Amino acid sequence: MSEKVSAKTYWIGYQTILIKEVTRILRIWPQTLLPPMITMSLYFVIFGAIIGRRVGEMGGMNYIDFIVPGLIMLSVITNAYGNITSSFFGAKFGKHVEELLVSPLPPSIILAGYVSGAVFRALTVGVLVWIVAAFFAGFHMHNLWITLSMLLLTAVAFALAGFINAIYAQKFDDISIIPTFVLQPMTYLGGVFFTVGLLPGIAEQIALGNPILYMVNAFRYGMLGVSDVSLWLAYAIVIGFGAALFIASLTLLKRGVGLRT
Amino acid sequence: MNALEIRGLKKTYKSGAIALRGIDLEVAEGDFFALLGPNGAGKSTLIGIVSSLVNATSGEAKVFGTSVQEHRSQAMAEIGLVPQEVNFNQFEKPFDIIVNQGGYYGVPRNVAKERAEYYLKKLSLWDKAFRPSRTLSGGMKRRLLIARSMVHQPRLLILDEPTAGVDIEIRRSMWRFISEINEAGTTVILTTHYLEEAEQLCRNIAIIDNGQIVENTSVKRLLDKLQVETFVLDICEPIEQAPVVEGMDIHLRDPMTLEASIPKAQRLNGLFRALEVEGIEVKSMRNKANRLEELFVRLVGFDKEQVA
Repeated sequence: MSEKVSAKTYWIGYQTILIKEVTRILRIWPQTLLPPMITMSLYFVIFGAIIGRRVGEMGGMNYIDFIVPGLIMLSVITNAYGNITSSFFGAKFGKHVEELLVSPLPPSIILAGYVSGAVFRALTVGVLVWIVAAFFAGFHMHNLWITLSMLLLTAVAFALAGFINAIYAQKFDDISIIPTFVLQPMTYLGGVFFTVGLLPGIAEQIALGNPILYMVNAFRYGMLGVSDVSLWLAYAIVIGFGAALFIASLTLLKRGVGLRT
Repeated sequence: MNALEIRGLKKTYKSGAIALRGIDLEVAEGDFFALLGPNGAGKSTLIGIVSSLVNATSGEAKVFGTSVQEHRSQAMAEIGLVPQEVNFNQFEKPFDIIVNQGGYYGVPRNVAKERAEYYLKKLSLWDKAFRPSRTLSGGMKRRLLIARSMVHQPRLLILDEPTAGVDIEIRRSMWRFISEINEAGTTVILTTHYLEEAEQLCRNIAIIDNGQIVENTSVKRLLDKLQVETFVLDICEPIEQAPVVEGMDIHLRDPMTLEASIPKAQRLNGLFRALEVEGIEVKSMRNKANRLEELFVRLVGFDKEQVA
């Protein structure tokens, strides 16, 4: 007869969602893992090796060394966000999200499973890009714990942001609008390619309102030991940003917005 | 204990459409229960609320005494749902679909794999277990939905038109499987458009129309309400006109087939005497199978064509 619902039920349920997500990511690796490696290789070749030589120094170091943390973070952000939007919206669109909605799993476990899947892809891509970067700029590590924690927190935050996008999305166009018109400008202007001090007056103040700037700089501190912003402020902003997105995601899922009639 | 207990269930959609107008329903544990109704009557909304896919406007649904609204997780663990539309990931393999579904219900992976093999074999899908499910035929997809719904061995199985669009041979094999499940102790609730299906399989029945239960009784009692029984007679030689017998409605379906509607109080001997007088020889005779359909049409005041 039917299984009794317990913590073990939830643990098995969480594992199942994660296994399913990881299997999907690895099965379609030419779509999930390969493209960011190729794109980032091009960034390193063009902006690092070719243009970077003429740029000279940025933030007191070689330009190619400066952009490596930002480009790893760019990959982590876009892959965490993109994985969950395509996977969860795909499940919604194909109606197989109903398999989860009629199961005993509570919203928190469903959310945890999907976010973990997105974090897996983001970190896998991050590591692969890091390996590619090492060929161009060598391997640098100033503080392992800051580097890893910032990588993880950023991946979680943007997975949650992608989840909210997927919840509200009605059609496939809806999951590409935010990444194209919001996420990409925020990332490019978030200190990936330059120090915030280069921005003129008001633009610098506006840039300081961009949470990605804090993530990129804290991660750069972890790798290279330099940052445009206070490390504590960066952690406060990333954790606050993630917590707000977590509460919003869970509330939407509990209410069944876009999922239950 | 009742497998399902529904009290004062109402549902009004945001558009203002009223789907359920206050449903009260009980389904006993172990029952094989049919839920019938024309399109748009509220059957799928009712199933949606019980399986937590639809939020009720008011009222309560309890599964084995557990409120779906208050203790969703516990209530859902008792239910297996076969939806009307195919809703699995068509890029996944049937085996994986069932194993993953087991995981969502807390079935350990090794146990889920054993059960997936058992149910896929039972439903003649084992040879397709490791092919992408999009390559399955319509009937196979429907059987996969049934196999998936059984992986956590629910105490209540809800089937929303499980045999729609399935050919008769596969439909009958699905009936056998569902009957076996019911005989093993699982309560089954079935919605169907094939009224013959409900008549053959189910013990109790509720007919829902316009968001309300218009009949809730046993199939036998419901059929007893039918005062007239219809027989189909295959005759040996073609005739041009049906014989006239007092108190019976006899008409020609085609030159070789007669259809006779006879009040239950009347004996069949009168019919045969009249046929004898007319020199009509009968090759075979059978009861017309759609007795329930006649009642259904009468109860919901609906044209037969719209139901089919």
